[in-house]
Amino acid sequence: MTLWKRLFSPASAPQARERLQILLSHERQVVGGDDLLSRLREDILAVVAKHVPCEQDNVKVRLERGTPMSILEIEVEVRGDINLAISRAA
Amino acid sequence: MAKIITVTSGKGGVGKTTTTAAIGAALARTGDKVVVVDFDVGLRNLDLIMGAERRVVYDFVNVIQGDARLPQALIKDKRLDSLFLLPASQTRDKDALTEEGVDRVIGMLSQHFDWVICDSPAGIERGATLAMRHAEIAIVVTNPEVSSVRDSDRIVGILDAKTLKAERGETVDKRLLLTRYDHVRAARGDMLKTEDVLEILSLPLLGIIPESNDVLKASNMGVPVSIHDPNSVPARAYQDAALRLKGENIAMELPRQRGLFSKLLRRAA
Repeated sequence: MTLWKRLFSPASAPQARERLQILLSHERQVVGGDDLLSRLREDILAVVAKHVPCEQDNVKVRLERGTPMSILEIEVEVRGDINLAISRAA
Repeated sequence: MAKIITVTSGKGGVGKTTTTAAIGAALARTGDKVVVVDFDVGLRNLDLIMGAERRVVYDFVNVIQGDARLPQALIKDKRLDSLFLLPASQTRDKDALTEEGVDRVIGMLSQHFDWVICDSPAGIERGATLAMRHAEIAIVVTNPEVSSVRDSDRIVGILDAKTLKAERGETVDKRLLLTRYDHVRAARGDMLKTEDVLEILSLPLLGIIPESNDVLKASNMGVPVSIHDPNSVPARAYQDAALRLKGENIAMELPRQRGLFSKLLRRAA
């Protein structure tokens, strides 16, 4: 780095500080929601697994935050074809 | 009963093991009985930093599985009579550490020592949560750098959720240890300042360890940095941090490198 650049390049630490403050205020909220999401996932898994074989990793719960509406997305992957008649009987 | 400390960070390579060895040795130097425990199963390194790698016979997992008794696995430090090491196992089976096993060993250790210092593996997996399980005090080791600060914030959240204290509705006493700090770069505006990190993480400060060649030198020699050259800048910073853990009120000033004259004097001595 030339002396000129060194003397006049803007300080980068304030950027780091600002980015962290924004990111962490976001992530701290998500961590609170994380618990909710994992609880939801467990409950959904328990209900689905009563009727069709399903594993923990195959239940995905995502939350897209927004105003005025957030989207709760639930995706359950089940192995093979589901026989509706049998699952209704069970 | 011992005070149980967990040294943690989330991010790897920020100085957890260095800190465990340095704080352990600094506390033992004051006469307290100290055991440092390596929780990094499969990637143990505390033995190497302590210079005890060739003396490991039995380890943490051997004790948990009943293949060795605890006193057989404890390694006494060659320099400090009251400092002991419980090495981690090099097994690839990460499930070798069990909750019950850890509870039993920590319980035994806390009856015989003043301090039990748990060196956490990086990450937020099982090994890390087991290492923090019994913590009364958590030393959150952080570099003044964005990814380290972010991971420390995550670890603070986990300390508030997944420890025995949290389960009892209490809180772990969390302290920030800022490592690899370069006050020249911070003053120039190229590195997060201590106040920035404190404000972002809002944790009380345990100490500031300046970036220093002495840290690498000490690890090359297998000696905890706080006792390798006890007058070096990082050694004094770690000693101060250890005294703060003991409740002493030590001013938070950055130890400065001594002048050339006193350095020469010291070399001559």
